[in-house]
Amino acid sequence: MKYIPNTDEDRRAMLESLGVESIDDLFASIPEEVRFRGDIDIPEGMSEMELAKHIEGLAGKNLTTEEYCCFMGAGAYDHFLPAAVDHMVSREEFYTAYTPYQPEVSQGTLQVIFEFQTMISELTGMDVANASMYDGGTAMMEAALMAGRLTRRGERIVVSSSVHPQYREILKTYLHGREWDLVEVPVSDGVTDMDALTEAVNDDTIAVLMQNPNFFGLLEPVEEFQQLTGEFRNAHLVVACDPISLGVIRPPATYGADIVVGEGQPLGNPLSFGGPYLGFFAAGSRAVRRMPARIIGQTEDVDGRRGFVMTMQTREQHIRRERATSNICTNEGLNALAATVYLSLMGRQGLREVAEQSLQKAHYAAQRIDELPGYRLKYDRPFFKEFVVECDRPAAEVVSSLLEHKILAGFDLGRMVDGMDNSLLVAVTEKRTKEEIDELVARLEGLA
Amino acid sequence: MTEQNEIKDISVVEPLIFELSSPGRRGYSLPELDVPQEELDALLPADMLREEDPQLPEVSEVDVVRHFVRLSQLNHGVDTGFYPLGSCTMKYSPKVNENMARLSGFTALHPYQPENMTQGALQLLYETGEYLKELAGLPEVTMQPVAGAHGEITGMMLVRAYHESLGEERTKVIIPDSAHGTNPATAVMAGYSTVEIPSNENGDVDLDALEEILDDDVAALMLTNPSTLGLYDQNIKEIAQMIHDVGGLLYYDGANANAIMGYSRPGDMGFDIVHFNLHKTFSAPHGGGGPGSGPIVVSDKLAKFLPVPVVSYDGEDYYMDYDRPDSIGKVHTFYGNFGVNIKAYAYIRSLGAEGLKAVAENAVLNANYLQESLKDYYHLEFDRPCMHEFVLSGKNQKREHGVSTLDIAKALLDYGLHPPTVYFPLIIDEALMIEPTETESRQSLDEFIEAMIEIAGDAEEEPEALHEAPINTPVRRLDEAQAARNPVVRWYPEDYAEDD
Repeated sequence: MKYIPNTDEDRRAMLESLGVESIDDLFASIPEEVRFRGDIDIPEGMSEMELAKHIEGLAGKNLTTEEYCCFMGAGAYDHFLPAAVDHMVSREEFYTAYTPYQPEVSQGTLQVIFEFQTMISELTGMDVANASMYDGGTAMMEAALMAGRLTRRGERIVVSSSVHPQYREILKTYLHGREWDLVEVPVSDGVTDMDALTEAVNDDTIAVLMQNPNFFGLLEPVEEFQQLTGEFRNAHLVVACDPISLGVIRPPATYGADIVVGEGQPLGNPLSFGGPYLGFFAAGSRAVRRMPARIIGQTEDVDGRRGFVMTMQTREQHIRRERATSNICTNEGLNALAATVYLSLMGRQGLREVAEQSLQKAHYAAQRIDELPGYRLKYDRPFFKEFVVECDRPAAEVVSSLLEHKILAGFDLGRMVDGMDNSLLVAVTEKRTKEEIDELVARLEGLA
Repeated sequence: MTEQNEIKDISVVEPLIFELSSPGRRGYSLPELDVPQEELDALLPADMLREEDPQLPEVSEVDVVRHFVRLSQLNHGVDTGFYPLGSCTMKYSPKVNENMARLSGFTALHPYQPENMTQGALQLLYETGEYLKELAGLPEVTMQPVAGAHGEITGMMLVRAYHESLGEERTKVIIPDSAHGTNPATAVMAGYSTVEIPSNENGDVDLDALEEILDDDVAALMLTNPSTLGLYDQNIKEIAQMIHDVGGLLYYDGANANAIMGYSRPGDMGFDIVHFNLHKTFSAPHGGGGPGSGPIVVSDKLAKFLPVPVVSYDGEDYYMDYDRPDSIGKVHTFYGNFGVNIKAYAYIRSLGAEGLKAVAENAVLNANYLQESLKDYYHLEFDRPCMHEFVLSGKNQKREHGVSTLDIAKALLDYGLHPPTVYFPLIIDEALMIEPTETESRQSLDEFIEAMIEIAGDAEEEPEALHEAPINTPVRRLDEAQAARNPVVRWYPEDYAEDD
């Protein structure tokens, strides 16, 4: 029997030692009224060869970013994945281990997370990072909840509409059961409307949530955010950011962020249809005991050797139960390993180069597209690797027409933002060549 | 942290990657920039540029690979040895599933690609959901939650939405004293207060105690069945009836579903919401703490509240259904941990209906074999046949010889065995919670039995030696108190103090 090593003879011997006739007898404690006697309606099992063929068939039905040149971003990005990353996450000792509850035989996992925490702290400029959250959107939600724990009063969360619409959806979903009011501040010319923000933030405000670069790829007026949240004691500034951008853009700690979160997928994780990804989460040292999720700390063993353990576990559900800072248990450990290996390979120079190449190529593409009749850059503002193109037709049409030329031209903003049906969000990473960008431009021109 | 790294001059098992750094060394290569290069400050405002590079290591690819391979060798995983961690279902993860999840037809898919490009992925998600519905005995599913606790909170938000739709505001969630810590943490995160309910002398929910706390303020009962004691609750139907009678809902924590596949379905027991841990029951590896996947299956009356999008099929095409006005919203940015779901799909299709039933049978047989072989050496609080796991107590060793469950756990490490879950469930003194899973052979169970019996003997004869364990592991017992008191949670460059 597949993946079950015991033979009929083993089972017979084991049953005999138990003094029971059949395996069925071991299920006698299930009352008859809830005993399932039917047949499970699931197809018969398959051999390994048949299985692989079947699933390769399903995979083959998909049209991928390997065949189609990807200019689609909107929160998930097609960056280069060095080969060594997948080899390391394929190490059985890493991926078949559990949460490191026994530190003596989990130093590999523990040290990796310690290194990950260090790298995230370095990238964001913050003091402390945790071992990962589910993804960027849930990390931002947890940041809002943590802001609530950091302050004794106040019940207002203010979020800019330039934050990823799905992040805001998650926030709404989770805050529904609380007595907090969630205030969404409108966007003006692609970035947070600062007048509206100023009006929205008050003494009652626990957190102000922004994304930089924002959902439209634009840089936000960060110093105005810093100034505003600085005026209100309880208002914690929460910043979501693209970790790749931090190779070239100043870290949120330098503009007053209290909590920095983001989607870690661009760090060595494949697109994988939206998951598994990883959220990163960093804060100031004073907040460490209010943070959600696992944190690894350095210590030493009885012989004086350096070692690592899960620390401040009294924040966590398995110790604290209903008083835990979050219910999170399983996180995205292996994805954090991928991010750690990726950042090790790239190093300080490589991360900067990835960021700068993405920046340069995105600006080259934006400029070429802006010159085309029928297209213009929607915003005349600084951006990183993603920008909005205003088309003279629905962006959905543009996307589907360019598929004929094996190009994923971008994300049709009309899918998520009211009134933006003609807006195409285009992302350019270091993976795109000049030739590919020129082809995109030519095909857009052909369409106009 | 403001504290400088205070641990100096101590020996290290493996240097940190930062300590291997050497200026100018590189572990990557990128093509030359092929578009016209602009000055950075022509593209971005000068005051938005990063002034100081992050202190990432400068290492070669071979440095990186050796470092992480050496780190991996410090870990114990299912693929290195027996891992009977109760409640965690550390079964073997078939290799072909890993290969399937790595097919570029799946990994190179952007989540926002048009649906006509992702039909294979959508079909896989849809069918996985169909199989889970069949195993749960309930009609609707979402694959969006990415962990058990994530499924739990999604479920509790459905409970709230359901009661709100009836114009009710309920505040209490009942949780047995044997429950996983995530249950009470989840209930509170979802805005409820928790009420703990004791177990009776058989390890089942105490019905009298339940009766006493039931009123129309009860939103839900969260339960796992079999319980964390590995026991199937004899009164499950009655419990369900009692909860439903006051208008509450039943939430099934699927952590222990490995015991009952094909033998009993939560829907038939009366549960309204079920989460499955695909990284437990359905063999997706645990990854050292994720990624997991925690889809939930629900009854008809909760269907309209499920998070968007719901993967649907119109008989011709698979599609994402966002048009659900009563939905609670979203719990994950995209569609959950798709890559993990592929592994579960492969597992289900590989085993088929009969194979899944055989999983439950062999998991239960293995657990009973261990329980029977060990109960003469360690106290067994509930002496009756168990399901997929059971809980021993080290209280006799503790009382008679001063050997704690922690000592026993650490002693097992010296045998190359991973210890059981310890000190959980909380209702058993000095608990050792043992779940062998179906993927262990009689020989590996016998080795574990032998080790446990030897340790019981050592507890009598040389208890001091057990306080010293482990001695053969990469590091020995670690000072957790120091780590918590004086948190050092990141590395700092040597010149950090000066820079600061």
